[in-house]
Amino acid sequence: MSNLLARYADAAFWMARYVERAENLARVLDVNETFSRDTRGGRNWLSVLQLYDDGERFHDRHDEATAAAVRHFYVLDPENPGSILSAIRTARENARTLRPLISTEMWVQLNIFHNRLRALAPEDLSEPRIARLCGFIKESCQAHTGITEGTFYRDAGWSFYQMGRALERADQATRLLDVKYHLLLPGPAAVGSPVDLSQWNALLRSASGYHAYRRVRPSGMTPTSVAGFLLFHDDFPRSVSACVKALGATLADLRTRYGLAGGVQAMAEVEALRDSLEGTNIEAVVAGGLHEFIDGIQVRLMAITDGLSQEFFGRASAGSEAPQAATEG
Amino acid sequence: MNDKGAAGLLEHYDPQGYFCEMLGLPGQPTGFTRPVWERIGHLGLDELHARARDAALELYNFGITFTVYTQKDSIDRILPFDVIPRLISPEDWLTIETGATQRVTAINLFLHDVYHDQKILKDGVVPRELVLGNKNYRPEMCGLDVPFGTYVHINGTDLVRDHAGRFLVLEDNGRSPSGVSYVVENRHLMQRAFPDLMADIGIKPVSNYGQKLHEALAEIAPPGVDDPQVVLLSPGTYNSAYFEHIFLAREMGVPLVEGRDLVVEDDRVYMRTIAGLEPVHVIYRRINDDFLDPEAFDPTSMLGAAGLFGAYRKGHVALANAIGTGVADDKAVYAYMPRIIAYYLDEEPILPNVETNICREPEALKHTLAHLDKLVVKPVGESGGYGITIGPRASRKELEACRKQLEADPANYISQPMVELSVAPTLVETGIEPRHVDLRPFVVTGRSTWVLPGGLSRVALTKGSIVVNSSQGGGSKDTWVLE
Repeated sequence: MSNLLARYADAAFWMARYVERAENLARVLDVNETFSRDTRGGRNWLSVLQLYDDGERFHDRHDEATAAAVRHFYVLDPENPGSILSAIRTARENARTLRPLISTEMWVQLNIFHNRLRALAPEDLSEPRIARLCGFIKESCQAHTGITEGTFYRDAGWSFYQMGRALERADQATRLLDVKYHLLLPGPAAVGSPVDLSQWNALLRSASGYHAYRRVRPSGMTPTSVAGFLLFHDDFPRSVSACVKALGATLADLRTRYGLAGGVQAMAEVEALRDSLEGTNIEAVVAGGLHEFIDGIQVRLMAITDGLSQEFFGRASAGSEAPQAATEG
Repeated sequence: MNDKGAAGLLEHYDPQGYFCEMLGLPGQPTGFTRPVWERIGHLGLDELHARARDAALELYNFGITFTVYTQKDSIDRILPFDVIPRLISPEDWLTIETGATQRVTAINLFLHDVYHDQKILKDGVVPRELVLGNKNYRPEMCGLDVPFGTYVHINGTDLVRDHAGRFLVLEDNGRSPSGVSYVVENRHLMQRAFPDLMADIGIKPVSNYGQKLHEALAEIAPPGVDDPQVVLLSPGTYNSAYFEHIFLAREMGVPLVEGRDLVVEDDRVYMRTIAGLEPVHVIYRRINDDFLDPEAFDPTSMLGAAGLFGAYRKGHVALANAIGTGVADDKAVYAYMPRIIAYYLDEEPILPNVETNICREPEALKHTLAHLDKLVVKPVGESGGYGITIGPRASRKELEACRKQLEADPANYISQPMVELSVAPTLVETGIEPRHVDLRPFVVTGRSTWVLPGGLSRVALTKGSIVVNSSQGGGSKDTWVLE
């Protein structure tokens, strides 16, 4: 059997990333009811814009961050490359490129999912319905993940798929943490207040981590321990550490199994990131500055993507000359 | 559903004097179709409609679609599917199978000849300028030997049936004939939606097309390569036939590559993989000759690979179909096909041509202009049913326009008498009505020739229309060759 086409590796990696991204966005929108309450208890959809660094792009097109406008921007806006619709469209286009490789079930599910999203009307995003819609999106993304796990042939394509998923998950976890850090720190008085805790609670829930966290820490909740859980807890599948370890294991296995000379740069970046996570703990991170630490992780995650792009996908870097479907950076 | 309705559904079906694929000649009901026809009647109209809706939804969900691009958007359309199958008797199939094999054998001998000694031209059987002046003739191919002398590895022979039920060849497609994916997918769809219709009816399987194609392609690999790497070369996801490219790559288990995946170094072809460059030995290409290699042909092409033709000439890579086959499926050369078959094989054509007037010949032009209202006039260079004038159905204005075109450039046209295309019962809103059909069997040739038992039955869904092309309102039917 021949080795995987570079273009297919690229498409598998990004298909996974875009589905994972859509799922995370749906999680965030779903819990925004509580997540977005500001210190005065009002709903503040700006926090979602902040989370994805989209303030400027949003305000180019909208005067005010009303709930309806933000929801539309993130779910159905075809012009917003960061919307769920755009993410699933790109995932589907990558799946179409991968049709010769992936199972028919994987393709059909993504195709139907995309068609359903396209058929949504603005009223489907209304406040009473948004939770149900987010539930549908999450479940569809999870169905994709499950079908893939159950049907994707275990060749190098599967490795690139897994790496894309792990990388995106790690990236999303750091974004969630980072925005909380910004929101919470300016008013030190608010740290530890009921509002503050409800936000950290919501953050855990958006990462599906509340119950897992409770099992580890049956009583109490501190921002530091929540951040520590999301960064370092290896048994939680969405933690940064778990994702980075999975990424490293997959990459090492891929290189050994197929005797690949490429991937040196990406592997070095993964190892450096793993070492930096293993060599510290949450107390030290908070003392040294959580934001700076998270920034450092994100830079490394980008460097890993760059390494994969150059050494396996045949691209100069993640951002350069994207094949017609695969990516952005 | 109920017997009364069932009887009514079939009773009202009237082929209006045409040869019917289900009922045969008027007044001579065909025996072999009876069980299927009766079961259709018993299903009833509502049930047929319900299953047809499910089938259409399934095709859409599976993405068995072709893409129509507008200025603003891209729309995925399914090829309309008619749930009433078209049946072919074992005797008729034998005629088609041997006839299609005979034809492709002659075509390959013809191609070898025109790219080598050109005996058929020297003997004056086919006009020299018709071949050498043809835009699809590739002088670059002269003197080049291809494995087994096979140029056309995949041929689609378009057949129609006249008022007497006789199969006639309408045209050959020896470049990149498409549609085989629908043959197989239509069958899968019928197996899911109509198990009751198929039960205990011996139907020849079509699902091994991919294996047969891969076998033939592996046979033409360069000498000394034991386990050849076959790839399918597609123009990419924006091509309207991309679904079929995916289908074929999947069925064969080979990579679908685009031009940008290929590299030629030292006259050898490689593909870019995660482990670097890996050799490619056989390319089933679904792009035209022009676009294969910007160094040898169209220099603006982004779809092929620079240097590919050099590797081909050296015999380091095989192409299917070979370069330059378009000269054989040209509508003008078609007219000479009975003579070509006689020349190389000393046989009568098993599948006759439709009588054809070659307008480049003064007599034929005169005849065509005198009988414009009775003839079908076709430009020789077009495909997809474009540019055709159907005399008996054309307005005075359309006939005048056709006359002007003919007089301006007679060599660009052929004319044929209008064939009373056979009909097949087809599900419509209000019941079952006759619609005109054709048949495209797929013929695969490596060392030897194999014909997929079945083929694409295209149906003109518009009442009275005889244009079956998908770009012009055509649909398809599952085609059952009975055992």
